[in-house]
Order: sequence, then C-alpha cells, then structure tokens
Amino acid sequence: MYRYVIKRLLMLIPVVIGVSFLVFMVINLAPGDIISQIAPEDATVEELAELRAEYGFDKPTIVRYFNYMKGMLRGDLGTSYITGEPVFESYMRRLPNTLALALASIFVSVVISIPLGIISAVKQGTWKDNVTMVVALLGLSMPNFWLGLLLIILFALNWGLLPSYGYGTFKHLILPAITVGTGLTAMLTRTTRSSMLDVVRQDYLRTARAKGVSERDVIYKHALKNALIPIITVVGTQLASCLGGALITETVFAWPGVGRLILDSVNSRDIPMVTGCIILKTITISIILLIVDLLYAVVDPRIKAQYAGRRKKSNG
Amino acid sequence: MADKNVSVAAKYKKRSQAGEIWHRMRKNKGAMLGLVIVALLVFVALFADVFLDYETDVIGQNIAQRLQHPSAQHIMGTDDVGRDVFARLLYGARFSLAVGVAAVAFALVVGVLFGSVAGFFGGRIEEVIMRISDMLAAVPSILMAIAIVSAIGQSTLNLMIAVGVTSVPQFIRITRAAVMTVRNQEYIEAAQSIGLSKFEIIWSHVLPNCLSPIIVQTTLRVASAIISASSLSFLGLGVPSPDPEWGSMLSTGRKFIRGYSYLTVFPGLAIMITVLALNLLGDGLRDAMDPKLKR
Amino acid sequence: MEENKVLETGSEPVLDIENLVIHFELEDETVYAVNGVDMKLGKGKILGLVGETGAGKTTTALSALRLVPDPPGVIKSGKIMVAGHDMMKLTPAELQKVRGKEVSMIFQDPMTSLNPVYTVGQQIAESIYLHEENMTSKEAYKRAEEMLELVGIPAYRAGDYPHQFSGGMKQRVVIAIALACNPKLLFADEPTTALDVTIQAQVLDLMKDLIKKQGTSVVMITHDLGIVAETCDDVAVMYAGRIVEEGSLEAVFNQTMHPYTEGLFNSLPNINEDMEELKPIPGLMPDPTNLPKGCAFAPRCPYATERCSEKVPELKKVGEHHRVACSAYEDPSFHIARRSK
Repeated sequence: MYRYVIKRLLMLIPVVIGVSFLVFMVINLAPGDIISQIAPEDATVEELAELRAEYGFDKPTIVRYFNYMKGMLRGDLGTSYITGEPVFESYMRRLPNTLALALASIFVSVVISIPLGIISAVKQGTWKDNVTMVVALLGLSMPNFWLGLLLIILFALNWGLLPSYGYGTFKHLILPAITVGTGLTAMLTRTTRSSMLDVVRQDYLRTARAKGVSERDVIYKHALKNALIPIITVVGTQLASCLGGALITETVFAWPGVGRLILDSVNSRDIPMVTGCIILKTITISIILLIVDLLYAVVDPRIKAQYAGRRKKSNG
Repeated sequence: MADKNVSVAAKYKKRSQAGEIWHRMRKNKGAMLGLVIVALLVFVALFADVFLDYETDVIGQNIAQRLQHPSAQHIMGTDDVGRDVFARLLYGARFSLAVGVAAVAFALVVGVLFGSVAGFFGGRIEEVIMRISDMLAAVPSILMAIAIVSAIGQSTLNLMIAVGVTSVPQFIRITRAAVMTVRNQEYIEAAQSIGLSKFEIIWSHVLPNCLSPIIVQTTLRVASAIISASSLSFLGLGVPSPDPEWGSMLSTGRKFIRGYSYLTVFPGLAIMITVLALNLLGDGLRDAMDPKLKR
Repeated sequence: MEENKVLETGSEPVLDIENLVIHFELEDETVYAVNGVDMKLGKGKILGLVGETGAGKTTTALSALRLVPDPPGVIKSGKIMVAGHDMMKLTPAELQKVRGKEVSMIFQDPMTSLNPVYTVGQQIAESIYLHEENMTSKEAYKRAEEMLELVGIPAYRAGDYPHQFSGGMKQRVVIAIALACNPKLLFADEPTTALDVTIQAQVLDLMKDLIKKQGTSVVMITHDLGIVAETCDDVAVMYAGRIVEEGSLEAVFNQTMHPYTEGLFNSLPNINEDMEELKPIPGLMPDPTNLPKGCAFAPRCPYATERCSEKVPELKKVGEHHRVACSAYEDPSFHIARRSK
C-alpha cells in the first residue's frame, strides 16, 4: 500500500515538469510582455533593455524555463512580476476562499444528489425518476455564468435578500455555492443513478433479499456500497476541479479565489504567477485524485488486493 | 474476394443496426425533442441570412432604439446600441453552433487518431500519447483555452482551436478504451491472418466497432464545447464584438443587469436550450445504442 | 401467533402452492411464465422440479419467497403457503421475517450471488443476526464461523472476501447462508450447474448431508435427471409454465406417462440400454409470449392428435402417487413407446 502511494507521488514529478513546461511555453507565445506594463511611462530604450535584462527577458524562453525550474527545485515558485509577492504566498492567501466555496458546493451537492440518484434508480421509469432526470439534465445544461447572473437578478436585485458580490460573510457564500453546486448536483445525481442501476439487478441483492434483509438495507447497505466507486470518482474530480478555482463563478461574484488569481495573472502576463499557480493546482488535483484511488481500496476489497500487489486465491 | 464478402456483410449488418437504433430512439420522447430542437437550430443557423440582413439587422446600430424592453416590436428588446436582441440571437446560433461543431470536429479527428493508435499498438507509443494527453487534461480546460486565446490572439477561429484542443484528451481516452476492448476480439485476429495492414485493420475493422461511444461522446462534447466557447466569450476572450455570439451578448448584457435583465436572460436561455437539446440527443443515442445500459 | 399454532400441529405441508399464475408484463408483450401450478411438499421431503430452461421453475421458486421482480413480474393469482404462512397476505415486514428463517434459496451462479464488498463471515452472520432474537452481532459472527466449518471451510476464512474463493467454495458459502437459520423449506435452483463436474458431486453430497441433518424440505430445481434420481423423493416435470407430470421418484422414473418426460429420458445417454443414438426432443419450447391454445407440448409431441391443440389437459391421477396432464390417456389403450418395452 505504501509503495503504491510512493509510486503515485513519484509519478507527479514528470507531470509537474510537463505541465509547467506547457504553461510556460503557451504564455510566452503571447504577444507583449510584462515590461511594457511595469516600466515607467517615460522610460528610455536603454532603460527598457535594462529592465528586460533584469527580468531575464533577453534570454530565450527555454533558458528562462530552465532557470525557473532551477528555482522550483529549491522550492521557490518565483515572485509575481506585478506585486513582487512570492507566488506561494499569494496562492495560499487565496486558497481558503476557494476551499470554502468548494466544500460548501460539494457538501450541498452530495447531500442532495445521492439520495435523489438512489430513488431515481430504484424507481426507474416512474414519474419520480423522470422528473429527477429532467431537472438534472436542466442543471447540467445551464451555463454557470448565466445561472450566477440569474441568481443575482432574482435574489440580489429583485428581492434584495442576498449580496450580489463580494465575500466575508456566510450570506456572501450562498449564491456562489448554489452556482457551483447546481452543475455538481446534476452530474452527481446522474452518476449515482446510473451506478445504482448497474447494481440493482445484481444477483447478490436477490441473495440478500432471500436472507430476509429489509428493502432499505438491501439498497443502502448492499447496493450502495457496490455503487460507490463511480460516485467517489465524480465527487473527487469535482473537488479537485473546484479547488483549482471556480474561475467563472469567481468572476461573476467577484469572489477572491484561486481562479481569479490565475485569470488576472494570465491577463497581465505575470508568467511566474501563472506557472506557479498552475503547478500548485496540478499538485493539489493529483493528490486529491490519489486520495480518491485510495478510497477505492477502502470500498472495494478487490481493488485493495490489487494495490497490495498480491493475488490470494485458494482453490477447493 | 473474402474481403469483399466481409465488407458486404458488415454493411448489411450496419444498416439493420442503424435501423434498430432509430427504432429505439423514436420511443424516447426526450431524445426526439432534442433532435427536433437541434434540427431547428441547424436550420436557423444555415438560413439566418435569408431572413436577416447581417449589416442592418444584426450589427447595425440604432441609438434611438437603445435599451428598449421586450415589446411587440422587439420581442426580446434591444441592446445598448439599439440592436434587436431576437435577431442577434437567431444569427448567433450560427456562431455558437459553428464554434461548437468545428471545435469538436477538430478534437474528434485528433483524438480518434491518437486514441486508436494508442489503443491498438500499446507499448511505448501508448505510454507517450497517454502521458501527453494526461498533461493536457491536467490543465483545466478553461485555463488552457484562455492561455491559447491570449497567446494566438482573439478571433473566432482561435476560439475554435482553443476549445478544440481542450476537448482532445477526452476523445483520446474514449477511443483508446473502446479500441482496447475491440483489439483482442477474434475478428481482428482474423483480419490480421488475411494479411491486412495495421492501418487498414484500424480503419475498417476496429473503428467501425468503436463507433457508438465515439458518436455519443461527440454529441455531448458539442454541448460542452458550446458552453466553453460562450464562457470564453463571456470572459471577453471569445468571438469579438460586434458579432452576435451568445456568450459575448451575455457579457454585454451583464453590464446592464440592473434594470435591463432581459439582456442577460435571453442569450443564456438560448445557450441552455441548445445545450439541453444536445444533451437530450446524446443521452438518447447512448440509450439507443447500448440498451444494456438502460435496463 | 395463530400461524405458529398451525405450524406446531405439523399437519400442514411445508409448501402448498395452488393455481399459481405469474405473468411478466413487458412494454409491448406479456410473458406467460407460470400458468396454473399446484405444488405440495411434506416435511423433510425432497422434490425434484425438472424442466428445460424457461419452463418457469425459477419463477415458481422465487414466487414462494415473494421475490419475483415486480415490475415486470405479476403474480396474477394463486395461493402460496410456506410453513403455514400465507405468503400472498404478509406485509413486507412479515415477509422479511419469513425469508431466510422459514424458507431460503440457493441460487444458480455462486460467482454472482455473493456481495463482493462484504466478507463471507459478515454475509452469513447477517442472516443469523436478522432472525435470531437476543443475539449480538458478535455471537452471530461466531455462529457464522461454525456454519463455515459445517460446509467444510475453515473458520479463519470468515474474514475473507468472495473474490478470494473458488466457485465451489463460494457455493458452499451460499449454502451456509441459506441454511444458517435452519429453514423449514429450501429452494435449490440448479445449485451445481455452474460448478466444475468434479466439484458438483462434493457440493451435492454436502447439501444432502445437511438437509438430512436439519430435516429441511427441499425443492431441487434442476434439468439433470441424474441428480433427481440421486437425491429426490418426488418429482415434478414442468413444461411452459405448467406441471405435466408429477409423482414419486419411482412412479415418474419407472412408469413414465407423459410424452415430454419420455423425451427427457430419451435425450439422456443410458449405459444400461444399448441405444444406437440419443433422441433429442425435436423443436423448441413455444414462445412464452404466445403459447399455443391447447397442450403446449403438442407441437413437439410425437403422439399429438387434433384434440391436443383444442384444450389444455388437466393433471389427472393415474396412480397412488402419480399424476399426469395428457389428453392422450382419454383413450384407455394409449401408452408411450417407452412403456411398450
């Protein structure tokens, strides 16, 4: 088990290198650089060249990438061209906001969608199932920037119940969380349903019923545990992508999270900030996906056996 | 000779299969609704310039008529420079669908190519393709698209490329998985034994048997590509104004959200209906192509 | 309470099914799965329920536990008494008390009938814990380990998961689950079909042994006449949702009356008789969504006459422990080929 975890963590290294290279190159493709933004307006050509040299822009992109990676080996993700603040600190300052939004949305989504998905699967083809599926599909088809704006129109502008943007109080969290949570809930309801549908016709549920297990336990104890793996996968991927910053929602509600930070840095060509943030993000995502894979083992003994790398099977 | 027989048999089988799928689709009310809406949208997109003159109806400004609330004359009102929102929405179907379809077509070609090579050959080639695909997937698609658009400039074509690139990993994964299940089937062995080349085998024996997941994925991906594209336009990185793309209309509308909320409501509604129709269609196709999954 | 009294008298049969009719009502057609089955079984008896796949054997068994999947399965009519309980009238909660305790079932495929995410010990203990009052889950687990030993699996393996067992051992676990609470009635649905031939005999012996020890009545569903000869007291032959011949093992095997039963025997290799070749029954079972008007076997029956396709023959008594449903016997001189020898 430990070997598996270590193997997975080691696999992070090439991914981080690849991702940072990709991001670094793509951003450098962009026309215009930071110098024109930070130089004083009356700077002479010489002064500009000096500034360029100071930031290393006189060297080719690939050399700058290697210099950047050298820094990263020492754990230095660089400092922002704009604010001069270390990337890591900026990221960490924004992370709690993103975390709050992510956890709130996922909590709501799990609480609503798993029971709905189960009911939908168990009552497949009934009106309950049909209504749930139509609503879920609606939720899935709604662009979340539009949903955010609709919520603002209704709750903030028309009824004046909740603030339309900003952060700080629980009230500020509600609309962004609904915006992010709607898509998640829709997705998770569909996943739960289809995963449960795969399971509800399995023979072992008949065995359980023949034992005298109540219908409730057949579903929640015997079936659900077998249906959990796709559900965990979706929750995990959603958590991972939310922690990367709900970019659109953060923009709509002026929520100061990681997503906004990255978007602003892309717009201002703040290369170390973008690269650093995306590296941190990649690491966060990978670790969450690793936790998801480890959870598989908790749920399914067959997967656990695979991780442990042994095949115990007796004959008789 | 033998090859001819095989392909004749395959064609015959495929026809009856398509008929069977259509038969199942027709019973699915949601899928049929989706199909009708999609057909309608395609019609509007194709013939928008028959009803509307682009210069006058769609981008022509008329300051005297600015910010009119919905009325009999302008059923969805007018925007900040007096253009009729309904006309722009109709014409916008062309942009939104074109971006969605072109982006996915790009991703489809690239993804199926690399995915089938990875799935069929395995080994080192597969390893390299999949790692690169994983890296692409590791960068969140919106960010990737933002980076691409800001790198190569803002235009409708670049928007298509950006959204297309971010959809590639999905197609690689799906194709590879489908190819891998087919690869070890006996009819592939049979094809090899009659001396077909690897690419002939992939093209005429492997891919036709992987079609259903790819078709379903394509439909659903067009839906999400439309959302991604309009998100980018919403962030100001997509179709440049004054072209009436739905996302950028929404972005404009947002500035007037106080008092003129219809400018926000209608473009979003258009996006949602389109995406919903494609999702309905995609779900219906999946259920029809793989009835096992449904029951 | 009253039900228990009836039980104690012991006068009632353990299983009493009358005129059972079950349809599967699908979207565009109806499958006539069971079409008027009567079945009685005394205490400690073993009944062999024989027939081809699709004859309605499993559906009949499932209905006795009220486990026919609904939808699409509908029990249209019939009385089902299990150990004195009227299964058609019990509430879901009451049914749960009867299942596993009074009646249980062993399913055909051991590979899929165990829950992959619970240990075998947990799965056996669950049954015990549910039905034994005043038992802690720890005690139930202890009993589960004893059950494992009883079916020939060392107790220490109770903590293992199904994927760690072979097919034969899984079926032993399934048997342990079914017999954990000493049920009065057991349905064994082709319990050895999915197993290797060498394992089949072991598992069958184990079952026979346990059944005898516990005095359980058993309905043994099978298409293997050899197993019937070896284990059963009585035999019922099912065809297209009806019982066509039933009686004691001796009567059905030695004084075979129904042409279908004869066909089953003829399609078996027989080392005692020097037969040139096997004679399989020609044709296929009729489409269960579209059964013929008269005797369902008539289209395949070598003795069929016109009256066979007019009305469905009733089960008629032909011997002390022998009933058969065949119109041909209205002609007193009729006999099947097998009996002419």
